[in-house]
Amino acid sequence: MESTLGQNLGDTHHAHGPASGIGRWLFTTNHKDIGSLYLWFSLLMFLTGGTMALLIRAELFQPGLQLVQPEFFNQMTTMHGLIMVFGAVMPAFVGLANWMVPMMIGAPDMALPRMNNWSFWILPFAFAMMISTLFMDGGAPNFGWTFYAPLSTTYAPPSVTFFIFAIHMMGISSIMGAINVIATILNLRAPGMTMMKLPLFVWSWLITAFLLIAVMPVLAGVVTMMLMDIHFGTSFFNAAGGGDPVLFQHVFWFFGHPEVYIMILPAFGIISEIIPTFARKRLFGYASMVYAIGSIAILSFLVWAHHMFTVGLPLAGELFFMFATMLIAVPTGVKVFNWVATMFRGSMTFETPMLFALAFVVLFTIGGFSGLMLAIAPADFQYHDTYFVVAHFHYVLVPGAIFSIMAAAYYWLPKWTGHMINERMGKIHFWLSFVGVNITFFPMHFVGLAGMPRRIPDYALQFADFNSVASVGAFIFGLSQLLFVYNVIVCIRGGARATDRVWEGAHGLEWTLPSPAPYHSFSQPPVVK
Amino acid sequence: MSTASYYVPPQSRWPILASIALFLLAFGAGNLMNALSAGASTGTGWLLLLLGLGMLLAILFGWFRNVVHESMSGMYSEQMDRSFRWGMSWFIFSEVMFFAAFFGTLFYVRNLAVPWLGGEGEKGVSNMLWEGFQAQWPLMTTPDMERFPGPEQIISPWHLPLLNTVLLISSSFTVTIAHKALKLGNRSNIVLWLAVTVLLGASFLVFQAYEYYEAYHHLGLTLHAGIYGATFFILTGFHGMHVTLGTLMLIIIWLRVLKGHFSAEQHFGFEAVAWYWHFVDVVWVGLFLFVYIL
Ligand SMILES: [Cu+2]
Repeated sequence: MESTLGQNLGDTHHAHGPASGIGRWLFTTNHKDIGSLYLWFSLLMFLTGGTMALLIRAELFQPGLQLVQPEFFNQMTTMHGLIMVFGAVMPAFVGLANWMVPMMIGAPDMALPRMNNWSFWILPFAFAMMISTLFMDGGAPNFGWTFYAPLSTTYAPPSVTFFIFAIHMMGISSIMGAINVIATILNLRAPGMTMMKLPLFVWSWLITAFLLIAVMPVLAGVVTMMLMDIHFGTSFFNAAGGGDPVLFQHVFWFFGHPEVYIMILPAFGIISEIIPTFARKRLFGYASMVYAIGSIAILSFLVWAHHMFTVGLPLAGELFFMFATMLIAVPTGVKVFNWVATMFRGSMTFETPMLFALAFVVLFTIGGFSGLMLAIAPADFQYHDTYFVVAHFHYVLVPGAIFSIMAAAYYWLPKWTGHMINERMGKIHFWLSFVGVNITFFPMHFVGLAGMPRRIPDYALQFADFNSVASVGAFIFGLSQLLFVYNVIVCIRGGARATDRVWEGAHGLEWTLPSPAPYHSFSQPPVVK
Repeated sequence: MSTASYYVPPQSRWPILASIALFLLAFGAGNLMNALSAGASTGTGWLLLLLGLGMLLAILFGWFRNVVHESMSGMYSEQMDRSFRWGMSWFIFSEVMFFAAFFGTLFYVRNLAVPWLGGEGEKGVSNMLWEGFQAQWPLMTTPDMERFPGPEQIISPWHLPLLNTVLLISSSFTVTIAHKALKLGNRSNIVLWLAVTVLLGASFLVFQAYEYYEAYHHLGLTLHAGIYGATFFILTGFHGMHVTLGTLMLIIIWLRVLKGHFSAEQHFGFEAVAWYWHFVDVVWVGLFLFVYIL
């Protein structure tokens, strides 16, 4: 075994191009290869989780039970959430970080390339294990992506054990990935690339990585306590032994709230790269953008119980978490203000990445405002666990996080492939997505305010019209993502040659490299003045 | 005029093999636990678990051996060294947060959940669940003594735990003495003080094993003994696993010193293990204070 495995001993010089065959992808230590793996994996999970969403929306097209049984419906909502959060959004951002951070800071690669490969390759195995629960006795986890105890302990199907271990594997992957990003940013910057010259995408990822390292272990802790309760007779989440099911929610949301910023801070970074390019102006208020991301990250540790207003918190807790949550609107407002101020009197053009970025600013802000409504503790007693909440977090995650990922893909694809994207097809994809997303999620505000609970396969008649509208929108949005896949493949296979700078107004080290970027980014550290 | 300051390693087979091993380990563990709880046969679970574990250990051994050889043949620059330092520091921070989850759990049940269950304070209405339940800590009488019989006795902090505290704190000193000796290039002293550190760590583990035996067989303090037993064992148990890992790491470092590895200037492997050992030590001080004494 050793003779085949120890092959890289003493092999000091590295090849200048990629290896051939499948081995390139399995054994790679190259940040671009690993970035691509993450992005393809994320796309696959996005389509898988999206198919589950369409199944959910098909069932909800009209009241009554049509297609699936309630048990299976619950498995679908659970798996849809878990796959989208841990399989689609997070790996997409890690993939973008892999591709772009070394190029943006003038580094040859990530700081710890072999660990980088391991971070990625854990994921397919973790998701294989999680998705395999669908075929196990008793079915897949059915307790929602937030897996509250005792639903996920006392009343869970046996497959919950595999779910727990899958979460552990994803956590290991995320922590190693985050450590790599931090080490790269702190240690591999080109001479002259001081912290306050870092592109905002890099800043946002530095802080995201910190959040990941701080909260993924807490998630590991909470699933471990579940495992102990299920198999080893402990009573962490069981009041009969002196524990408390509400404890689960506290620990989970201590992870969960920073987690939602893990899914949005890199998006902020992407938007802060794209808007200045297409407004042909420098980003307005660079330093305040950095401080805003920092304060959002710090506040994210102090607001977790806004998810638990109706669970029976002491009044002082309700008030503290209400006001702390509202405070987050301040740095977020700074960011939106700065994006708008960047565009003010700029020479704007509206290429596909910019369209997605603009839609992000508008629609994410809608999601932010509904979040502010939910933060009002007394009002939350009305909104809690209704479709209003579903509308809120889908507005920040779909036209928020997902749109930013689409924007990033269209923005950097020419740099990755050396070919310009097909603008016409890109715009068609954008408009279909934009219309689809709003038709899907806007009506959910109304049914939610009217009292429709989330996570149910059937509902009262008065919600029927808005639900069928939402389902139609979901299919428009879902099917139009096939156009995205098409656009990416077309761009990889050919198209107009991209220049090094690609976009007229683009600034930053990544645009000084040729398009497509060479296999090893910077063989000599560039000097940043 | 080259990538002189950067070492980008060539392709490596270790990570993908490690992913497969991790999968087998996790899948086997899941299989085993489900089989145990259902009273089914545990053969497959054990097989996969041990296969995965063995594979993972072999892979980590090979992987680290590669890294050691690369380091010994001078491929690593100062910059690479800093990357490793950042990596290890943030890894330890993630471990701190892992323990923070369990300490947070302990504080929450002690100061809020159990008193509420006993009828105290603003949320004392939950006393209606088990009327007459008295809040106390340590929780000797649980709300439902049939399902979760509380412990008869708890462990006195002033016997074994105090001894263990002395052992671990002195081991932090001895590892520092070894580090000083390394910086002075005094090999025989490094070997001696590292060996002392390993012995201190190992005796800690022996005493802890004895403490667990006592808890289970004479005190009725078990995982089933309500929330006191649950928090006690999850905190001390995970700490004990970390001491075990730290001791293994110290042994490896000790063997490397015997083989003549490390120089007075370059010895990050040594320092990383020393950092980890100090971290394990600090966690223990927290445990001694909040689990045993208070
Ligand atoms: Cu939140």
